[in-house]
Amino acid sequence: MEKKKEKRPKGERPKSAPSKRERPKGGRSKIGRRTSEPRIGVYVCHCGVNISATVDVPGVVKFAASLPGVAIAREYPYVCSDPGQKLIMDDIRREGINRVVTATCSPRLHEGTFKKTLQEAGLNPYFLEIANIREQCSWVHDDITEATEKAKRLVMAAVARSRLLESLDVKEVSVVPEALVIGGGIAGIQAALDIANAGFTVHLVERQPTIGGHMAQLDKTFPTLDCSACILTPKMVEVERHPNIRLLTYSEVEAVEGYFGNFTARVRRKATFVDWDKCTACNDCVDACPVKVEDEFNMGLSQRKAIYRPFPQAVPNKFVIQKEVCIKCQKCQKVCQPEAIDYDMEDRLEEIPVGTIVVATGYDQFSCVRKPEFGYEQYENVISGLEFERLVSPSGPTEGHIRVGRKEPGDVVFIHCVGSRDETVGNEYCSRVCCMTTAKQAHLVKEKLPQANVTVLYIDVRAFGKGFEEFYVRVKEEGVSYRRANPSEIYRKGERLAVRAEDTLLGETVEIEADLVVLAAGMVPSASSREVISALRLSRSADGFLMEAHPKLRPVETAIDGVYLAGCCQSPKDIPDTVAQAKGAAASAIAPMARGRVEVEPITAFVDDQRCSGCRTCEAVCEYSALSFNEEEGVMTVNEALCKGCGACGATCPSGCITLRHYTDRQILAQIGAMLTHV
Amino acid sequence: MSDEKWSPRIVGFACNWCTYAGADLAGTSRLSYPPNTTLIRVMCSGRIDMQHIMAAFAQGADGVFIGGCHPGDCHYISGNYKAQARVALVRRLLEQFGIEPSRLRLEWISAGEGTLFAEVMADFTGHIRELGPSSVEPDRIQAAEHILRSVSVGS
Repeated sequence: MEKKKEKRPKGERPKSAPSKRERPKGGRSKIGRRTSEPRIGVYVCHCGVNISATVDVPGVVKFAASLPGVAIAREYPYVCSDPGQKLIMDDIRREGINRVVTATCSPRLHEGTFKKTLQEAGLNPYFLEIANIREQCSWVHDDITEATEKAKRLVMAAVARSRLLESLDVKEVSVVPEALVIGGGIAGIQAALDIANAGFTVHLVERQPTIGGHMAQLDKTFPTLDCSACILTPKMVEVERHPNIRLLTYSEVEAVEGYFGNFTARVRRKATFVDWDKCTACNDCVDACPVKVEDEFNMGLSQRKAIYRPFPQAVPNKFVIQKEVCIKCQKCQKVCQPEAIDYDMEDRLEEIPVGTIVVATGYDQFSCVRKPEFGYEQYENVISGLEFERLVSPSGPTEGHIRVGRKEPGDVVFIHCVGSRDETVGNEYCSRVCCMTTAKQAHLVKEKLPQANVTVLYIDVRAFGKGFEEFYVRVKEEGVSYRRANPSEIYRKGERLAVRAEDTLLGETVEIEADLVVLAAGMVPSASSREVISALRLSRSADGFLMEAHPKLRPVETAIDGVYLAGCCQSPKDIPDTVAQAKGAAASAIAPMARGRVEVEPITAFVDDQRCSGCRTCEAVCEYSALSFNEEEGVMTVNEALCKGCGACGATCPSGCITLRHYTDRQILAQIGAMLTHV
Repeated sequence: MSDEKWSPRIVGFACNWCTYAGADLAGTSRLSYPPNTTLIRVMCSGRIDMQHIMAAFAQGADGVFIGGCHPGDCHYISGNYKAQARVALVRRLLEQFGIEPSRLRLEWISAGEGTLFAEVMADFTGHIRELGPSSVEPDRIQAAEHILRSVSVGS
């Protein structure tokens, strides 16, 4: 449907409005500058039909024009578009508009856009107020009358508030030209390399003794079948040798303080009990150590010692002693020729100032014990996808021979969507990689055991990526049998296993015998990253993965300026998507460091020292020690560099003399009053 | 709003980081809920002064909703606990002014909980509907508003 030529936007202007440009006369209050006479421009957006389908836009415009202080009220199909913004700029320049109210989408989406519009037209950006009539009105209400009435109330509140807005000066602070990357899987590795290659120092923190993450555990990668280690280990080495990367493995980020451009990360460098400067990775200590524990790198399919490195290609290639299991028999110490073993080593805490942060904390494999019907812990020949990777990997415990006990399996069954697309375990989402991982694993079985019967039980096959569909077709042609089925139970049948399932195409129950069952376990948010997530105050989506600033347009940013996401911490994704996002996160982290300065919100607390009684109540509620008592004057003072702008002090002050800039009591009370006025 | 058919008027406060974002998500997800609540965005639920709540009731709000981050998730460490403490106190005050304390609702709604936001809106609006219009005497409550200016609640 093609629209007519650009219509001249409808405007309603009260007769009394002066047509000449009126320069806002500046009175400067202590909080900020407020012009004496507000001339408010209201811009109501149709947002195509997103707003106008449920809100009577002309009605809202008419209503807005009648509100005190409103000089101009207009409607426009897309206020955020270039002509829409121009409309606002023209009104500011020609009509002397000195307060702008947009009735549009959420301020969380376009506040930045419109602030720039004001700025470009020479108006302080804090003279903007947004009435959220899309996300919080037109999209959630069906009745036009009700939605329109609510939109009017929202506009009225915005207008009332805009009258009291004050001009604030955005400050710039310098950016520490160093970045923190949390997590050393492929996402963190890629982000660290990109940032380092741009010339900035990177602190790469990994909780394990080595970087590499889950990708190091994989055998081949779909759909190209290149060997995971062959493409990953060179990158790991590059990280280790990069002059701009400081690698902090066996370390955890415990706290992050500060703000965009000037964060401080507190990192716990866990005691390794091995002096890495001396350790030559000769492996003598491992031979001497009598303590055997489950090897987590091999997903428990083999054992390792209390002194260990996760795998021979580990970076750094150094050993650590696992404190919890070490019996301090000192056998390793006796055999260690370089005398690297040091039982007295202690954790060290390090404070690292950084300008930007990339979070790449990855995922955990879904715990298959949560699907007891599959007998995962009961039967040794029911294994998870990652266990299969170790089983089939030449560097794994069987050197790549697919064996159950000593026998090669004759019948192998793969089960899709274990822990994904499954409301019974609370995971509605698709893990996105398991379909292709299974196809690859089925192919590997066929390659290594051509006589084996391989059956894949699937709900759907999602082969959406580059080369995926072709690979899936190839695997089927190799003789892998795909059955659309809903498995309900795995039980022992003689020496073998049987999978009971409903074939959803035939509509009948089937029993498939198997010597090996591989559960394509999905991805869940990494449990070990909980603390760092909470230290960073990052939000999670409903699925538990970290929330991006905008699902479409800001997929690597977070709500916290200066903190970016890469890889599976944000949502399940495969290696190419992870690398792409990591590069995006790196670019986002580089930009402010390259510029050297960032703007900080001037939304800070302000003390009216005429009224402050010096009771120091506010001092106690401030989490950031931003308020201090001025002994000489007997009043409180705000350290604006420390103030985060939460406003808790203002809500607590018994004299009502502290207020938060841009969220003053008067502004909030004006909104309340307007919302409760009959419209 | 026509007077013959009463519909609750609810003033909502939502913190920028969690509940306001959760409300936006409800919108993006097109979850329908009653239109009675209009939200005021504040940076933190800890910014909400008891005076703001009382002012809303004094000016005829039938209900006041406050949404903050889940315990432990507050962007400003403990603002949500401060809100909780204030809400507890205001509820006791409301009772003394003959206002049902349940007209003030505090909920923890994260940025990812659009569904919860819509559910809370439906539930709270339904609850206020059941209670009927708030029969508040503005003079009395304005007095309370004044008293509240000289009361301080820390954390």
